[in-house]
Amino acid sequence: MSKSPNIFIPALAGTAGILGVAFAVTSRDYGADKIRALETRMGQVEAQASAASEKASVEAQRAAELELKIAEVQAAASQRVASLTAPAPAVEGTYGIGRPALDEEVAAWDVDVLPDGRGLPAGGGDVFTGEEVFAEKCASCHGDFAEGVDNWPVLAGGFDTLADEDPVKTVGSYWPYLSTAWDYIHRSMPFGEAGTLTADETYAIVAYILYSNDLVDDNFELTRENFADFNMYNMDGFTVDDRPEQEYAAWRAEPCMENCKDEVQVTMRSVFLVDTPPEGGSDSVMNPASIDGLPSFTAAGPSFIPEAAPKPAPVVQKAAVTQPAAPDLMEAGEKVFKKCKACHQVGEGAKNRSGPHLNGLIGRTMGSVDGFAYSSVFAAALDEGRIWDEAALAEFLAKPKTYMKGTKMSFSGLKKDEDLAAITAYLKSYGE
Amino acid sequence: MDETFKPSRRAFLRGSAAAAAGSVAGAAAANGADPLITELQDWASYTGAGVDETPYGMPISFESHVVRRNVEWLTASPISSINFTPIHALDGTITPQGCAFERHHSGAIELRKEDYRLMINGLVDRPLVFTYEDLERFPRENHVYFCECAANTGMEWAGAQLNGVQFTHGMIHNMEYTGVPLRTLLREAGADIALDKWVYVEGADASSNGRSIPMEKALDDVLVAFKANGEALRMEHGYPVRLVVPGWEGNMWVKWLRRVEVTDMAVESREETSKYTDVYADGTARKWTWVMDAKSVITTPSPQMPITHGPGPLVISGLAWSGHGQITRVDVSKDGGITWETARLGKQGDTKALTRFYLDTEWDGAPMLLQARAMDETGYVQPTKEQLRDQRGENAVYHNNCIQTWYVNAEGIAENVEVS
Ligand code: HEC
Ligand code: HEC
Repeated sequence: MSKSPNIFIPALAGTAGILGVAFAVTSRDYGADKIRALETRMGQVEAQASAASEKASVEAQRAAELELKIAEVQAAASQRVASLTAPAPAVEGTYGIGRPALDEEVAAWDVDVLPDGRGLPAGGGDVFTGEEVFAEKCASCHGDFAEGVDNWPVLAGGFDTLADEDPVKTVGSYWPYLSTAWDYIHRSMPFGEAGTLTADETYAIVAYILYSNDLVDDNFELTRENFADFNMYNMDGFTVDDRPEQEYAAWRAEPCMENCKDEVQVTMRSVFLVDTPPEGGSDSVMNPASIDGLPSFTAAGPSFIPEAAPKPAPVVQKAAVTQPAAPDLMEAGEKVFKKCKACHQVGEGAKNRSGPHLNGLIGRTMGSVDGFAYSSVFAAALDEGRIWDEAALAEFLAKPKTYMKGTKMSFSGLKKDEDLAAITAYLKSYGE
Repeated sequence: MDETFKPSRRAFLRGSAAAAAGSVAGAAAANGADPLITELQDWASYTGAGVDETPYGMPISFESHVVRRNVEWLTASPISSINFTPIHALDGTITPQGCAFERHHSGAIELRKEDYRLMINGLVDRPLVFTYEDLERFPRENHVYFCECAANTGMEWAGAQLNGVQFTHGMIHNMEYTGVPLRTLLREAGADIALDKWVYVEGADASSNGRSIPMEKALDDVLVAFKANGEALRMEHGYPVRLVVPGWEGNMWVKWLRRVEVTDMAVESREETSKYTDVYADGTARKWTWVMDAKSVITTPSPQMPITHGPGPLVISGLAWSGHGQITRVDVSKDGGITWETARLGKQGDTKALTRFYLDTEWDGAPMLLQARAMDETGYVQPTKEQLRDQRGENAVYHNNCIQTWYVNAEGIAENVEVS
């Protein structure tokens, strides 16, 4: 701001110096000529000096003007930057972008169901029907009685466990609205084949889940009409976020900086040590170390320095400095199989899940696993006696829906040739 | 404190300092000339890789361990699962897309821009369908925001569980988004924007992951985003279009966004009843806990990032964030919360975005109990685990923003612990 006038200060100081020299000269006793000459000279110098100082003051004024101008420009510029970073402009009215959604399009996508039952389609289903559909489409993951298989979600039971150490949150024990179950199952289940249940099937399944939760009798039928009458067990179990009142008010105090505690002790060590191998993923093992032998802390520092600290296995990461060895096909195959695991089992004791077990696959007749309800395209392949060989498997897995038009295997396909080779090797290891 | 320990402590410090000086190259006089300097190296003589060798560059192979990682046993299937950002190995604040955590409920889908449709319906004058190209014709904005899964640190409620900041705090990423404000699209459709209305948002994947957002938030800073860190979203983050709901839990940031419906009540979908509700000790639950409260964590040193250089200058660094706005201060303790020092912020915190902090300190080689404590612009101070448990019990699963403790032993190895 005040920088520019300073530029003129050396100029003014120079003029004063010349004047000083001139006055010093007049005090000497010289001849009249000399004096006249000097007087003339002095007149000239004075004229020059006053011209210079006038010039300086004009320049100073000009500088001040420029200064003002700069301030103006800066203000304008900063305003311009502000408008550059402003939110996207709001227009009055609309842009006219997009096209009207057609009724049938809205109907296709707008299928959510509100807590009061709005959005439900006409229809109904009873517990018996529900049990059948559930056994066919859901039990492989959620168990015959909705009790959950392996790590898959439990849908029934858990009443009065919500205050326990390990609450069991199920549709019965936890969900506050029945609409949620209808809506979620209808749109998102079965896992891997979402969006395939009819309205009546969904009513029946939901009736069955209520039955598995002992919330209705075995002759119960759920319909659009009686839907809103059903009150869920935990409907009053929820409060709207009250952190502002319960927590924020108390947790806005200026925090303590010194002597905040007398002594600090380690009360628990990490339960799992996590190894992070170069190829990715992680392996966790239980931490054997105990809290015994760890120092306590006071403002003076740790109570002692454990010389042979029971150190956790180092979790330092090894950078993959060398190129990873040629990937082990089997290992890679096991990794690829994770994509299939949701629906298929393989190995000893493998059962049918939502897909058939895959033991002894290569050389097996297509669609031939006992007790699995295949789609008609697989039933036809069985009739034709088509056999799984490596080429057929690769083609199928690359594009299941193209290779087996109408298959109910909801899997988009394996894109990479190396994945196909790996999964084939992996499956072959479970018998040909 | 027992006086008899003091001499041995000092003796130990002397011993370890001497040992460290010998082992750290360049710390003191060199042990003879360094061949990396005196001998001609291959890379200084031969030529390197040409342009276009990798048309889209990946991190150099030496960094190949800096990747997302999952913990398999946490979930039943990798298709409905989670992995974690390697926050221990990153610095600054922006998360590269390729290592930003993923959370899917039905797997990541491949959806082409050409096949993308966004519908706006419900309480609107004009139900509309937009294509991807349509979205690019609306005025758009750029903002950096953090996205944190509500379950981040959720494993740790009942005690110190996983030994690694990647696993305790890695369900977070921070990117610069480009997108259209949701309010622009709501206006385009002539939505009823009364503040008692809601928008219900859902994705195009099999889970659809529907969530209800109150109108006030929808009109505020929610973005319909199609770029992150300058490039197209990654498949796993919702390519081609995702919702960005600044400061609110990650589950609401619906990926593959396909529909926005204006409703007169919350849908109470599975993701806002069965999941993403916080169970108290008495068995009742809190719902609609959308905001992610202020939180911080030290990323180095941490279990995956031990101190390897011995005593001497040490940079303690970490991340802080708040769903309520800017981070204004971060304090660090080396003794488990007895004494605190205010850390330096890498730069002034952006609102609802990660802020990097540093404490430039001197390590004497003694064990430490490292903690960080964030404050945000509302004056909120990150609580201790104790404070949180007193309020909520141990079964809340979600919204654990407690102060984290790392025990660093005399060798510099760090471990996830809990303290009194
Ligand atoms: C292939 C395994 C599989 C099959 C078959 C399956 N599900 Fe699921 N189900 C899952 C998984 C996995 C989840 C959790 C998804 C997630 O994390 O978002 C789930 C979640 C659910 C939930 C919500 C659980 C909760 O507590 O939030 C319900 C209800 C449900 N399934 C019902 C069904 C019904 C009814 C069927 C049959 C029509 C079915 N499922 C078929 C795997 C399966
Ligand atoms: C979402 C569930 C799901 C996933 C994921 C899945 N499958 Fe399937 N799979 C099925 C179903 C269902 C069938 C039966 C198809 C039919 O009847 O149309 C099937 C059939 C098959 C068959 C034919 C079996 C026979 O008896 O003829 C093979 C082989 C197969 N799957 C392999 C795989 C492999 C390998 C993967 C992983 C790369 C995989 N599937 C992923 C559900 C799945």
